[in-house]
Amino acid sequence: MPGLVWFVIRRLFSALLVMLALSLAVYLVFYAIPTDPALLACGKPCTPDRLEQARHFMQLDQSTMQQYLNFLKGIVAGRSYGEGAAVLHCDAPCFGYSFPLARPVSTLIADRFPVTASIALGAAVLWLVIGVSLGVLAALNRGRLLDRLAVGFALIGVSTPSFLFGLLAILVFGFWLNMVPVNGYVPLTESPVDWAWHLVTPWLVLAVLQASSYIRLTRAQMLEELNLDHITTARAKGAGERRVVVTHGLRGALVPIITLFGLDLGGLLGGAILTEKVFSMQGLGDLLIDSVGNLDVAVVVGVTLFAAFLVILANLVVDIVHGALDPRVSHG
Amino acid sequence: MSSSVAGVVSPTRQALRRVRRDRSARFGLVLVVVLIVVAAASPLLVKLSGQDAFTYHIDLLDPVRGNAPRGSFGGVSAEHWFGVEPLTGRDLFSIVVLGLRTSLVIAIVVTLVTTVIGTLLGITAAYVGGWFDAVLSRFLDFLFGFPQLVFMIALGIIVPTSVPRPLLLIGVLSFFGWAGLARLIRAQARSLVTREFVEAARSVGSSGWWVITRELLPNLLGPVLVIATLAIPGYIGAEAALSFLGVGVPPPTPSLGRSISDSIVWVYTGTDPWFMVFPGIALFTAVLGFTLLGDGVRDAFDVRLRRTH
Repeated sequence: MPGLVWFVIRRLFSALLVMLALSLAVYLVFYAIPTDPALLACGKPCTPDRLEQARHFMQLDQSTMQQYLNFLKGIVAGRSYGEGAAVLHCDAPCFGYSFPLARPVSTLIADRFPVTASIALGAAVLWLVIGVSLGVLAALNRGRLLDRLAVGFALIGVSTPSFLFGLLAILVFGFWLNMVPVNGYVPLTESPVDWAWHLVTPWLVLAVLQASSYIRLTRAQMLEELNLDHITTARAKGAGERRVVVTHGLRGALVPIITLFGLDLGGLLGGAILTEKVFSMQGLGDLLIDSVGNLDVAVVVGVTLFAAFLVILANLVVDIVHGALDPRVSHG
Repeated sequence: MSSSVAGVVSPTRQALRRVRRDRSARFGLVLVVVLIVVAAASPLLVKLSGQDAFTYHIDLLDPVRGNAPRGSFGGVSAEHWFGVEPLTGRDLFSIVVLGLRTSLVIAIVVTLVTTVIGTLLGITAAYVGGWFDAVLSRFLDFLFGFPQLVFMIALGIIVPTSVPRPLLLIGVLSFFGWAGLARLIRAQARSLVTREFVEAARSVGSSGWWVITRELLPNLLGPVLVIATLAIPGYIGAEAALSFLGVGVPPPTPSLGRSISDSIVWVYTGTDPWFMVFPGIALFTAVLGFTLLGDGVRDAFDVRLRRTH
C-alpha cells in the first residue's frame, strides 16, 4: 500500500513541524515569567553577586532565543550547567533541569508518568468498550427500556464532573461498602494485582463519564448505518444478524467514533490529572501543580511540552488508523 | 383573525414554542431559572440565613472527631441550613450559594466573550475564505488537539499574582473556548455564503461588514444560541475543575470546586461526607440544568451540529 506509506510519512513530518512550532511558542510564553527563578535558588540573604552567579549557573542570563536553542541542543546532545567542580550534567535527551528539585526534568517526568498513563490508558480502553457496546445495544433495542436506560445514563454522564463522580465512588465503594482501596498508587512492577486493584475505581470513574458521549454517537451512527442499503443487501443474502451488525453496521460507524476519540485525547490527559488528584496519586498533574507553586519553569515547560507531545503522537496514531480504515482519508 | 397562515410565526417563536413543549427542556429551564435567581440573590439569601461565609464557628466542631461538625448531616441546624465546614465551622449554605454565583458569573461571562469572538471569526472565515480561512482553520485544529487543562494550570506561573484570578480564569477559558464555536459557526456560515440573498447583497455593492452583520448573522442566530447554551455547562465544569485543582478561584472567595477539593480528606475518612454532598449537588444541578436546556434548544432549532474533522 504505497498510498498509505506516503500518507504516514506526510503525517509524521507535519507532526514534527507542529511539535517544533509548539515548543518554541511554549518556551517564549513561559520564559516571560515575571519572577526570577534565580532568586529562589540564590537563598537568603541574596547579594547581587550571588544572584548574578545563580543566573549564570542556570543560564538565565542568556537571551530567551539562545536558551531555546540550548534546550533543543540538550535534547540531542545533552547539556551541562556551570563549570569546574560544581558542574551539573544532564544527559541526552535533556529536557531541562529542575534546580529546586535537583533532578533532570526527564527523570521527574519518567517517575510520574506511569501513574498518569496507567489511569489514562485503562480508562480509554474501558470507555471505548463500554461506550461502543452500550451504543450498539441501545440502537438495536431502539425505544425499549435498555435504550432509554442508556440514553439516561449518557445524560447523567455528561452532567457530572469527573472529580465529583470520583469522590462519590470513593464514598460509596470505598467507605460505605468497603470494597476497594480509596487512594494510593502501587507500581505495576511491584504487584500487578495491587496495581489494578488500586486503579479499578479511577478507571471506572473516568470511563463511565466519557463513555456517555460514545454511547450517544454510536447509537446515532448505528441507527443511520443499519438503515443503509448494504445492510439490507447483507440481510437479503442471508447473513446472520450478528454478522450484519458487527461486520457491516459497526464498521461504518467506527470512523466517526475514532474521530471523536482523536478529539478527546487532550481531554483524556486532563481527566487523568483530575482523577489522580481525587485518588491522591502522585502523577504528572501533581508534579505540574507543585512546580507552578515553586516557580520551577523548567518542569512546567517540560510537562507542558510532554503533554502536547503525547496528544500529537496519539493523534498521529488515530490518523493512521483512520487512513487504514477509510482509504478516502489517506488519498485525500 | 386567522393565525393559520404559514410563515406568520417566526422561526424563533416556533422554536421557543417547541422548547416549552419538550418536557426535559422545560425541566432544564426551570432549573436554570432557579439557579440564576439563587445566584443573583445569594447575598440576600445569605443575609436572610443570618450567616456569612467567613466567620469561624469553632464551638460547632467536635475535636474528638478531628474537628468534624457536631450533629448529623454535617451539622445541619436551624441556623446553619447546610451545616458547617469541618475544621473552620464556616456556614456551608453561604459558601454554596456564593460559590454557585462565582461559577455562574464566570461561565456566563466566558460564554458571552467566546460567543462574540467565535461567531465573528467563524462567519468572517466562511465569508472571506482564502488565506484567512486557511490560517484560522489550522489554528483551530491546533487549539483542539491541545492538552488545555495542562496549559491552564501551567499559565499560573507566568501571570503575576496582581492579576485577579477570576479575571485570569475568564481569559484562559475564553482563549480555549472560542475555537469550538468558531468551527461550528464557520461550517454553518459556509452553507449560507453561496445562497442567492448573499449574492444579491454583494451585487448591489454592500460592504463585507454589512453582509456579515446584516445578512449572515441574523440567519445564524439560531445555531449561535444553540452552541452558546450547550457551551455553558462545559465552562461551569471547567471552572470547577481548575478550582478543584487549586489553580482557580483563590480563597477566601467561595467556590464550589475548591470546597469539593477540600472535602476529599473528609470523604476518605468518612468523617464528614456532607461537606462534599452540598457543593456537589449544587454543581451537578448547575451542569445538568444547562445541559438539559441546551439539548432542548438544539432540538427546537433543529440544528445539526456534526463534529466535522
